[in-house]
Amino acid sequence: MMKRYLSFLLMSLCVSAQAELTIEITQGIASSIPISVVPFKFEGSAKDSVDEIVRTDLERSGHFSLLEPDDMLSQPQSEDDIYFTDWRLLKQEYVVIGTISALPNQQYQVRYQLFDVFNEKELLTQSLKGTESQLRDIAHRVSDAIYEQLTGIRGAFSTKIAYVTTNSKRTKFNLSIADSDGAREKVVLSSKYSIFSPTWSPDGKRLAYVMLEDSGSKVYVQDLVTGKKQLVSANKGINSAPSFSPDGKKLALVLSKDGNPEIYIIDLATRHWTRVTNHYAIDTEPNWMPDGDHIIFTSGRSGNPQIYRVTLSSGYVERLTFEGSYNARARLAQDGRFLVLVHQAKKGAPFRIASLDLVRGLLQTLTSDTELDESPSVSPNGVMVMYAAKYNNRSILAAVSVAGDVKFLVPSKNGDVREPAWGPYLD
Amino acid sequence: MELNKLFAVSLLSLAIVGCASSGGTTDEAAMTGAEAVEESQTQGVPGSPDLDVVTEEQAEMAVNSLMEQTTVYFGYDRSEIRPEFKDVLNAHAEYLVANPQAQVVLEGHCDERGTVEYNLALGERRANTVKRYLIVQGANPSQMENVSFGEERPAMIGSDDSTWSKNRRTEIKYK
Repeated sequence: MMKRYLSFLLMSLCVSAQAELTIEITQGIASSIPISVVPFKFEGSAKDSVDEIVRTDLERSGHFSLLEPDDMLSQPQSEDDIYFTDWRLLKQEYVVIGTISALPNQQYQVRYQLFDVFNEKELLTQSLKGTESQLRDIAHRVSDAIYEQLTGIRGAFSTKIAYVTTNSKRTKFNLSIADSDGAREKVVLSSKYSIFSPTWSPDGKRLAYVMLEDSGSKVYVQDLVTGKKQLVSANKGINSAPSFSPDGKKLALVLSKDGNPEIYIIDLATRHWTRVTNHYAIDTEPNWMPDGDHIIFTSGRSGNPQIYRVTLSSGYVERLTFEGSYNARARLAQDGRFLVLVHQAKKGAPFRIASLDLVRGLLQTLTSDTELDESPSVSPNGVMVMYAAKYNNRSILAAVSVAGDVKFLVPSKNGDVREPAWGPYLD
Repeated sequence: MELNKLFAVSLLSLAIVGCASSGGTTDEAAMTGAEAVEESQTQGVPGSPDLDVVTEEQAEMAVNSLMEQTTVYFGYDRSEIRPEFKDVLNAHAEYLVANPQAQVVLEGHCDERGTVEYNLALGERRANTVKRYLIVQGANPSQMENVSFGEERPAMIGSDDSTWSKNRRTEIKYK
């Protein structure tokens, strides 16, 4: 037991030195599901503890309350060792057990089972294989499967996030990608110039972003496998706010080359341009709808920023937001049922993240604990929104569920973090 | 910037400056102490200057102090030129007219409130309104370049009204 404790300690030391971001859960749902993830039987040594990652993932979703291993009456490692009466006594609804065995060629096999305590029945079992460095991926896959089995919603623990970190003097900017829990951060671009509006291609293989050089803003697309970055737009004036089309072949962006910020579409293969909007007010922040024929965007045409939707085939423009003095940078959630946006109720009021139910027309303010909330980005399963905010005078990332009932902070250990972009499913 | 070149245009500028500043007020929260002092100096010049009683030296000083102001400030989410900055812009326009080879970059900036992209667009509008103003005053469009830095290059770091008012600006930078 002591040895295990030591290895845990070493493990957490390694993780904290490596990860730039940590997660602090500030609000979970009241009716969260009680579940126990028993420490997995482990033959071998690896720095990542699969069961610990699964516990953290499920806890962070806000939908589960996890029993601490120390509070368990027993820690069964096989089905025969499970005494369901014990777990019922602890008011647990589900129990997960597992084993990790070392295979030849530095491979590990993770096998786990999910049980329904009340019905004393196995609900799910899976066996996953990988190298030591893939144990973290395997853990997130286990979390995804358990989450989907118990909530009916696809898990997004295996997805990645992109974000920008900067020093307090704003002289160095890093565009990084990390696991959705902030672990395994990898810097994909370092620059003395400000980087913003990172956005993922639908296949998760490329990032488009804006770099603000001395001569102005330029749009680049970077291949995440080769690391090669390609200049997509460096016209006179603004080149900004990229958004990939659902097929990944086009990019909607903002250009002011014709005198005023307007939305354009560029075909990435042919470099053919199409102009979408034409208005003397600011038009910006396009976001492509899943059907490929609509783009939502921010426009100042009514006198203050509001969200509009343009139909590409007809050019028809429709206003979507009416409540509030400032509604901007909308992103779609749940196949376009919801908009998630930056919302200011009235002039001088705080900037919050809000959701707008496009079917019922209901606007709900989701955030309250942070300041200057901006850049909302929705998880691919449409459940969580990650955003940037000020908290204790620092720029941090935070997350809130689209329903508003789960909240967590993702503070960084050093520097400011901005511009989160939640990546797509990777398979 | 070679300020001694101003000497040639100082008398003409003085007439314009004097007229324009007669209606100027200094009640804006965005004014720094230094700006307020300079503003009151220019107001010391009579509204309809009698050129005989103003020495060349005085005239040069008045224009120089305006030329030293290379930043104009804006209201929240606004991009119109405030009346109190017209004197400053008039002086720069005169300089550009008198020195056709002079080139400026107009940098538009915003405070941190609002979204990054909307602010990038707003910064460009702030650079544009300054450019249009200078063109109306006679400067040649080819002498000016615009760039927006949005909220990315604040003049001051902080999250209060006074910091924000310093960050909502267009900077006139001579090449």
